[in-house]
Order: sequence, then structure tokens, then C-alpha cells
Amino acid sequence: MEELISLAVKAIFVENLALSFFLGMCTFIAVSKKISTAIGLGISVMVVQSITVPANNLILTYLLAPGALAWAGFPDVDLTFLGLISYIGVIAALVQILEMVLDKYFPPLYNALGVFLPLITVNCAILGGSLFMVERGYDLAESVTYGVSSGFGWALAITAMAGVREKLKYSDIPDGLQGLGITFITAGLMAMAFMSFSGVKL
Amino acid sequence: MAHKRREMLIDPLVDNNPITLQVLGICSALAVTSSLQVAFVMSIAVTLVTGFSSMFISMIRNQIPGSIRIIVQMVVIASLVILVDQLLKAFAFEISKTLSVFVGLIITNCIVMGRAEAFAMKNPPLDSFIDGVGNGLGYGLILMMVGVIRELFGAGSLFGITILETVNNGGWYVPNGLLLLPPSAFFIIGLIIWAFRTWKPAQVEEREYKIQAVEAH
Repeated sequence: MEELISLAVKAIFVENLALSFFLGMCTFIAVSKKISTAIGLGISVMVVQSITVPANNLILTYLLAPGALAWAGFPDVDLTFLGLISYIGVIAALVQILEMVLDKYFPPLYNALGVFLPLITVNCAILGGSLFMVERGYDLAESVTYGVSSGFGWALAITAMAGVREKLKYSDIPDGLQGLGITFITAGLMAMAFMSFSGVKL
Repeated sequence: MAHKRREMLIDPLVDNNPITLQVLGICSALAVTSSLQVAFVMSIAVTLVTGFSSMFISMIRNQIPGSIRIIVQMVVIASLVILVDQLLKAFAFEISKTLSVFVGLIITNCIVMGRAEAFAMKNPPLDSFIDGVGNGLGYGLILMMVGVIRELFGAGSLFGITILETVNNGGWYVPNGLLLLPPSAFFIIGLIIWAFRTWKPAQVEEREYKIQAVEAH
């Protein structure tokens, strides 16, 4: 249990997907102009991340890993090279299913998130989360924790960024730095702030 | 025609650069630039994937039903990335270890998707290939610029060959450790964007609020 909490803290603060691995940067920069939209996107990323990481973990363990197909009578088969295409397929399919379920049963939430859901398929934070899960060899419990907390970390980062940018638009910035340039520098300062969490262990 | 193609290749380098203007594919641009060698391999990989995926998608563009085109594009891109990944593992294992998940993340690199969706779906294969390669090179250009700055001033070397002898090895150069850390990439790209936009003022974004002098009463 302690290990899981430690993993969660690490995934949220120390190894924040957005600020220390730069994942999901395109949407991070593009959709962080207003706090309300940033929160909406943050929540959807968190939901999708919490589902896809464990789902991909199951696929890896029972279908792709060397010897994983022993239950089907193929103990010598190693399908790990199909990893990338399966993970992205799972992500695309899950996002699609999530969209349909939300549309049917939770229309208000669907309307709030609607625009962002398709965007999430190509958000590298999601695929990155699954790939880190594979690389670090998490088991199912760890991948559930990792999925939820890394998604939360990303949501936290984009919300904070939107908060900063809402104030930033009133400031007098040199012409060339306007918009994208200053956003990058702000993100850099935030990443430095998040670096001060490194070394925190529970 | 040849002239137009050359323009398609050169245009994304500065005038319509995927990173500084279209805000695409930033994730990997930041993460793999702490050493020049890795940045170089990554640029080649992305250029190849963007070029070929645009070409293949453009070849089958008339057969893809609109409603599932994203998935089809994904499958084409993912297959190419698997190819690159396997090649790297076979011939450049050390580099593929350093790149870790970022090779896989070429799939979700918005440049690849963006060019497939915006250009390859409407244009013939050869043009799409050139457009893909051009955008890959524009991405590579920024990657190499950031890589040069980070490795030269952060570790005193280029491609692993010592240029500025660091103090630790008995030289004179005190390396700037910050440049090897993640945040420096943000600053460098921010400054590159500033430089590009000062050079090409047409790229400057509109201000949302303007500061105006208030007349004294």
C-alpha cells in the first residue's frame, strides 16, 4: 500500500507527465487559455488515462508479452513488437466508447467535454502513460495507481498553466514573445518549480 | 511544378515551421534534445515517418471512408513507427535505449497526424511525400538548434566530442548544468520563437489587450 502511495505522489509531482516529460504539450499549450476549459480537458485526460493504462496492462500481460499466449496453446509466441499498434488501437477505441457512453448516459458531462474527447486520442500523455507502464513493468495494481495519478498530475499542470495565462494576457510583453513565446517560458518556470519536488519520497 | 515542389520543401523550415508557428509536435522536441546525437536520430526518424506516412495515406486517400479516417491514419503511422523502432533496436540499440518511449510517441506526434489530415488527404502521393519531408525537416531544424545549444553549453561537447574542455576534466569551461535539465528546453524554444518572430514580423500574434496612455486630467 505504501508503495502505491509513493508511486502516486511520484507520478503527480516528481515525474509530472506534462512538466518533466513534456507529454501532451501540444494540447497543453493550445488549450490552456481559459481555466474552465483547462479543467474540462484535465478531467477527461484523467478519466481516459485511468482506463487505458490498466487496459493496456491487461493486454500486455495476457496477449503480447513473451509466453503470454500460453493459455491459448502458443507458449513460444512473443508479440511485443505489436505493442505500439495495439496500445494506440486500444486508446482510440476506448476514447470512442467513452464518447458514446457519455453521450448516452451523461449528456451534461458529454457536452462539457465533447470537443476535447477526440483530441485525447492524439494526446501523447495518454500513449506515454501506457508506454511508461510497459517500460517500468508495472503490475495491475500499480498501473491503476499510475494511470489515475499521472492523469491527475497532468490535469493539475494544465489548470495551473491556464491560471497563469489568464493573468498573463494583461501584461506588456515584447511583440515577438507575444503568445506562444511567453507561454513556453512560463511553462519552463513552472517546470523548474515542479523540479523542487524531486527527491520527495514517502 | 518543380519550383512549387521546392517551395513546399523549404516553406516549413522557417516561414511555416511546425514547431514555432503551427505548435505541433512539441512534446518530443523538448524531451530528446539534451544531447545532439539523440536529437539527430529523432529528427531523421520523424522526417522518415512523416514523409512516408503522408505518401501512403495520400495513395489510399480515395479509398478511406471519412468516418474512420483517423483510425486508418493511425494504423498507417503506427506501422511505420514500429518499423523505425525495430530498426533502431537492431542497429542503434544504445540510442534506442536513450530515446525510450519517445520513439513510440512519434505515433501521437501531432506533426505526422496534422500533415496527414491537412495535406495528404487532399493531394497526390509525391506532393504529400515532399510536404511530409519538409515538415519533418522543419521539426528537425528546431530540434538540432536546441540540441546544439543544450549539449554545447550544458556539457561542453557536440555529438559527444568535447569542444569546450570542462573544469571537471581539467579544462576551463564551467558547464551550465541547467541546460541539461528539462526546463531549459522550454526557455530555449521560447527564445527561438522570439528570434524567429523578430526576423519575420508577420508571425507575431495579436495582443488581446493593449496598453494605452490615459490622458491626465
